[in-house]
Amino acid sequence: MSASTASTDYPDHLVWDDERDVGTRRRPAWEERPTRVGVTAKGAILGIALLAILFPLWIVVITSLSDAKTISETGGLVVWPRGITFDAYRELLSGGEVSRAMVVSIGVTVIGTLFSMAVSVLAAYGLSRLGSLGHRTLLFTMMATMFFGGAGIIPTYLLIQTLGLMNSYAALILPMAVNVFNILVLRAFFMNVGQEIIDSARIDGAGEFRILFQMVLPLSRAVLAVISLFYAVAYWGNWFAGFIYLTDQDKLPLQNVLQQIVIAHQRPAGMAQLIGTGQIPSLAVQTAVMVLALLPVAVLSPFVQRHFKKGMLIGAVKG
Amino acid sequence: MSQSTVPRPGPPRESGDPPKAPAPQVRRPRTRLRRTDPRLRGGIRLRHKLRRDWPLILMTLPAVALLVVFAYVPIAGNVIAFQFYSPYAGDGFFDSMQNSAWTGLENFQRLLDDHDFWNAVQNTLLFSSLQLIFYFPVPIALALLINSILHSKVRAWAQAVLYLPHFFSWVLVITVFQQLFGGAGLVAQLLRDWGVTDSFDLMTDPGFFKWLITAQVMWKDAGWGIIVFLAALSTVNTELYESAAVDGAGRWRRMWHVTLPALRPVIALLLVLQVGNMLTVGGEQFLIQRTAVGPGASEVLDTYVWHKGIEGGDFSYAAAIGIVKGFFSVCLVLAANRVAHAMGEQGVYSRR
Repeated sequence: MSASTASTDYPDHLVWDDERDVGTRRRPAWEERPTRVGVTAKGAILGIALLAILFPLWIVVITSLSDAKTISETGGLVVWPRGITFDAYRELLSGGEVSRAMVVSIGVTVIGTLFSMAVSVLAAYGLSRLGSLGHRTLLFTMMATMFFGGAGIIPTYLLIQTLGLMNSYAALILPMAVNVFNILVLRAFFMNVGQEIIDSARIDGAGEFRILFQMVLPLSRAVLAVISLFYAVAYWGNWFAGFIYLTDQDKLPLQNVLQQIVIAHQRPAGMAQLIGTGQIPSLAVQTAVMVLALLPVAVLSPFVQRHFKKGMLIGAVKG
Repeated sequence: MSQSTVPRPGPPRESGDPPKAPAPQVRRPRTRLRRTDPRLRGGIRLRHKLRRDWPLILMTLPAVALLVVFAYVPIAGNVIAFQFYSPYAGDGFFDSMQNSAWTGLENFQRLLDDHDFWNAVQNTLLFSSLQLIFYFPVPIALALLINSILHSKVRAWAQAVLYLPHFFSWVLVITVFQQLFGGAGLVAQLLRDWGVTDSFDLMTDPGFFKWLITAQVMWKDAGWGIIVFLAALSTVNTELYESAAVDGAGRWRRMWHVTLPALRPVIALLLVLQVGNMLTVGGEQFLIQRTAVGPGASEVLDTYVWHKGIEGGDFSYAAAIGIVKGFFSVCLVLAANRVAHAMGEQGVYSRR
């Protein structure tokens, strides 16, 4: 890592571009040049950390794409790609149990995220005006639930039963629809939107809803993206709700099916014969389902990544 | 952030701090109110506030309603811990609750002689202590490392990769570990090929379980954990580094005397939270692996609540465990916070 060649006009001690987090810092004059040992050690540690994350994902992806011959030759997981085939995916996505579970998971994630965002954005904006009527009471009502974190599995379970939500998709959405921490982050962001803009809009006769949708939200795209991702990831990755609230096998979302296939070693319904005869290796099926579970997250989160720090910083300072 | 200053009919407000206390519910005689009540001096009267703010209140109602139903009602529902609750005693949760017999503290007394419960307590404390010792410092070290990288592209890519596992579900993380360290996993496969051993399987080894789950937590969240520290590091005044360097401090002394003191409040805050969460080591992570290693090695408080209540149907007893856990969690937060205050840190809430 030589002295960097940033072509910016920033002063020497420039931190970094807050919004995009890509500004390269120039080494200040007083900072020592790194020693060779130091650079090597840093590179090695970082390399090991990145490899520890990427290598397992790599073998999972490669195994899911390998044909029966390759897998039986290596005796298990495949590290170097040889015979590439999409058979496992074609079979899984052609309308069996896993396809259905994908549809359920995508449906729950999309509907749940939209619902959560609608509720959270409204609440965050409603609480963003200091000194408005009931502001402190309502804020306290919400924040208090953070300290009793998870009121208990048992009463929640009995409540879901009583509300008649057992074995329904609503049980996968409603109990986790509101996350107070997310509301606080949104609220902190909305509070940073210039008061002058809002006041001038109000003088022009705009109501609160109009101010929210036409002025505040367009200015808050970054935080909306981050919080949407947080909600979507929570819905997509939720296994527990499906495990305790759903009783029909054919309603289960992807995470539960993944657990059955890889951890409990069940074969996906309808594919038992294909796997049994060795046409599609069971390992390829397992890893392919894993890839299906990780793909949406791995594709989406890097796009939102550049906004993370800002959102977290504001959330941490103000929340 | 000041309040709206749009002129409205009604008495003019002094500009300045918004009124701190909510307006009183009862309307008092108008003439005396304005001069005598300090809370309302310079404020707007309730009626005007309501006319101005009703859309804001309306907006918060859906979230408040959901929290009341799915957070406050369950909190109140914990009273079944003091009952012998039977789901068949009535029609639905509340009716059954009314018809169930009260038993006082009997469920809590049962806890004292319950070996499985104490086993769960022991496991929980063991796992969270291991996380505190081995997991907690890792994000700090990684953040310092990332922060010292000047090249923006390297930094951005490293962050993208490090954050990624945080967004994976627990099922996925465990399946990844299964493919690596399970009986049919990569390591077992290599050991078999090399003729070392035929029976390598870390995923079902009760003795190794505590290290396994610590490694899983590290793989999933250590990368994400750096984000808070990076945010704190980016607020450090760089002139401090400069003057320290001018005074002859090398890079290690600058880290010790400038960087780490800047991180101290964040570290203290996260430590307090971590200690407060000591009784909550991830539920899903353990529930999924419970059958593989057996409850003896893997049972923690959250899975024991599930096992007793939802699997076993002993709802009152399970709720009692939940209450005990919640009570001691609050105690832990308060104690940790007190220690943080004693060390001159702010902790979760300030001292006043």
